[in-house]
Amino acid sequence: MQQQTIAVLVNDYPGVLTRVSTLFGQRAFNIDSITVGGTEEAGLSRMIITTGGDDRQIDQLMKQLNKLIDVISVTNLSANSYVSRELALIKVSASPSQLAELNGIVEPFRAAIVDVGPTSLIVQVTGDTEKIDALLVLLQNYGVLELTRTGSVAMARSIVPATAAATV
Amino acid sequence: MSVEMAEIQKKNSIPPIQFGEEVSGAETLLRCLLLEQVEYIFGYPGGAVLPIYDSLYGSYFKHILTRHEQGAIHAADGYARATGKPGVCIATSGPGATNLVTGIATAQMDSVPLVCITGNVAQSLIGTDAFQEANITGITVPITKHSYFVRDVRDLPRIVKEAFHIATTGRPGPVLIDIPKDVANAIAPFTYPETVDVRGYRASVVPDDEEVQHFVTAIKAAKRPVIMAGGGIIAASADQELLAFAEKARIPVINTFMGLGGFPGVHELSLGMPGMHGNFTANQALLNADCVIGLGVRFDDRITMGRTKEFAPNARIVHVDIDPAELGKNVSTAVTVTGDVKSTLEKAIPLITACESEAWIRQLKDWQEKQPYKYKTDGDTLKPQAVIELLYRSTDGEAIVTTDVGQHQMWTAQYYKFKNARSFISSGGLGTMGFGFPAAIGAQIAHPERITIAVVGDGGFQMTNQELAIVSQYNIPVKVAIVNNQCLGMVRQWQELFYDNRYSQIDLTCSPDFVKLAEAYGVKGLRASTPQEAEAVWAEALAHDGPVVVDFRVAQEENVYPMVAAGNTLDQMELGDD
Ligand SMILES: Cc1ncc(C[n+]2csc(CCOP(=O)(O)OP(=O)(O)O)c2C)c(N)n1
Repeated sequence: MQQQTIAVLVNDYPGVLTRVSTLFGQRAFNIDSITVGGTEEAGLSRMIITTGGDDRQIDQLMKQLNKLIDVISVTNLSANSYVSRELALIKVSASPSQLAELNGIVEPFRAAIVDVGPTSLIVQVTGDTEKIDALLVLLQNYGVLELTRTGSVAMARSIVPATAAATV
Repeated sequence: MSVEMAEIQKKNSIPPIQFGEEVSGAETLLRCLLLEQVEYIFGYPGGAVLPIYDSLYGSYFKHILTRHEQGAIHAADGYARATGKPGVCIATSGPGATNLVTGIATAQMDSVPLVCITGNVAQSLIGTDAFQEANITGITVPITKHSYFVRDVRDLPRIVKEAFHIATTGRPGPVLIDIPKDVANAIAPFTYPETVDVRGYRASVVPDDEEVQHFVTAIKAAKRPVIMAGGGIIAASADQELLAFAEKARIPVINTFMGLGGFPGVHELSLGMPGMHGNFTANQALLNADCVIGLGVRFDDRITMGRTKEFAPNARIVHVDIDPAELGKNVSTAVTVTGDVKSTLEKAIPLITACESEAWIRQLKDWQEKQPYKYKTDGDTLKPQAVIELLYRSTDGEAIVTTDVGQHQMWTAQYYKFKNARSFISSGGLGTMGFGFPAAIGAQIAHPERITIAVVGDGGFQMTNQELAIVSQYNIPVKVAIVNNQCLGMVRQWQELFYDNRYSQIDLTCSPDFVKLAEAYGVKGLRASTPQEAEAVWAEALAHDGPVVVDFRVAQEENVYPMVAAGNTLDQMELGDD
């Protein structure tokens, strides 16, 4: 089972997210993460969905997604090289006196401390999943009080011609 | 306005359709339906659709007032399956709309084109749990091909146009249009688009030449080929092409349950139905074939038995389907063609030559003679299989036959040899009890000149028998053949075979007297308990110019054979008692 990242271009209508997520449930696929937002074209949204599955399962998933009338196109980004980023906010149990020490930890990750309180502070980090996981491991030593992270946003790399990406 | 539209306007609408005239949403809807050449609407009124029903008053439309919304949608479905044209039904908001749900799912599973129109509460009340509010577009997301909630009356014409386009093109299916009451009342100038452009929806059906070439090459090499023809043959009206292709290539044809009638059941190359209750030869053909050619089939688990690795173990599978998601979904294929079967076969017929299949055909004929469908006759006892044989003989395979779900459904598929496409109408995918009788009403309305028989069980008939009111009211001459075994027969069979004869909750001995029930609705009722009575009574039913209900009292303990038990493979077939 491989982690796959799929980009789905959809009409920006009410209920489209329901249609997509219902399809996953109905066809017994799992959504590991999903992000939705605007695109270069007004009226369209792009969903970035990460899910697990072998080639046959992903092929079937893409075909089923493509059958939805509100789906304009489906692209398997994992089929070629692509850029993906997540954002996480991590609330760490620490006092202001530990600020410098924590800065030393987050800096190599190009993360930032964006809020400081008497007993806790918030770290903001962007990057791929592994990078965020790695930072989390370090911060866990202090005590992670709260964690919230987005799913991936992703895009095929420019050197790959758009047509070469696996598209349905 | 195009010439064609002008023609429709002249012919159908009173008063004539004026473009640009200020009309209500309800009026707009009906005008759009006229321009879509809709003739019949099956429906049931209620508060949220009152504007639509008011516009219907005195209009050109033939509206059939069923006695339950489920009756309306199954009738629209029967109409669609019998004609290939989209069926149209209307229900009110809330409970009216939710009563359509089973019918929508039934149509979705069997790829039937329907346009279902529901009313909803005014938009100002949406989301407030208002009286008779249900989120029907939300409820039906997984069981429609697409659905619309209309927010603005000015979108309505485009939406109706798109709905018909989506329902009928590509792989057909049900489309829902939910219209809140304020939209039905809102006024706007009437327009109707002449073309549709649904971005991202590709309904292209013509296959690639290269794919067709691979298809032909794969088949030419086969010595033991078999065509498995499904509902796609009927949906694409490809029965003539299938006949020409099979005859030219000398390939025997299996019809799946949904494909019955897509190839003449009496043809020398016809093997009949495969699968759980299919015949010995059709299943042997799959087990021994070197090439299985799936045409508009989805390799359902009633055929593969869910054991897809062991299915057709010696064959390369070639698969043609209009829905790319079906290719490779259930079985691994050697060659695939994305396209509808009609245009695929049109392209393939000139390229194909006869396979070296004569020895194989002889072998299959031999099996067919040795292992036909069979049952024991027993003096005065009326056997259910004999009832179906009687229906077949008396109509020479030319009737439209709908069925409900259960043993009688399987016996109909086995013993009625369908000659024509669109003459066998049954809920294959969802297996919906209560479907058969209302579907027959829709089919009979579509083809008033043909004999339409609804073969139903005593169980399923009682789920929608209130529609006797409409066959009576509109004098729709459906012949209802109740295969009455006084129990839920198919459940009884499974309990006998797999639950040690523990017959839990299947007793229907306390059913109404079906003859009297028919008579209560003003419909002729007849009864037969022996083979002799059955002959006489059925002749009387056919001779009667109007609807008839015939209560065939059949042997209760009869089982459907052959049978492949769930979990087994096609070579583990129970042939039944000898
Ligand atoms: C709506 C619905 N409920 C339950 C079932 C399960 N079911 C399948 S066959 C069957 C028995 C049908 O009995 P009857 O209508 O008398 O027909 P028979 O099998 O006796 O021919 C049942 C309950 C179903 N298919 N549909």
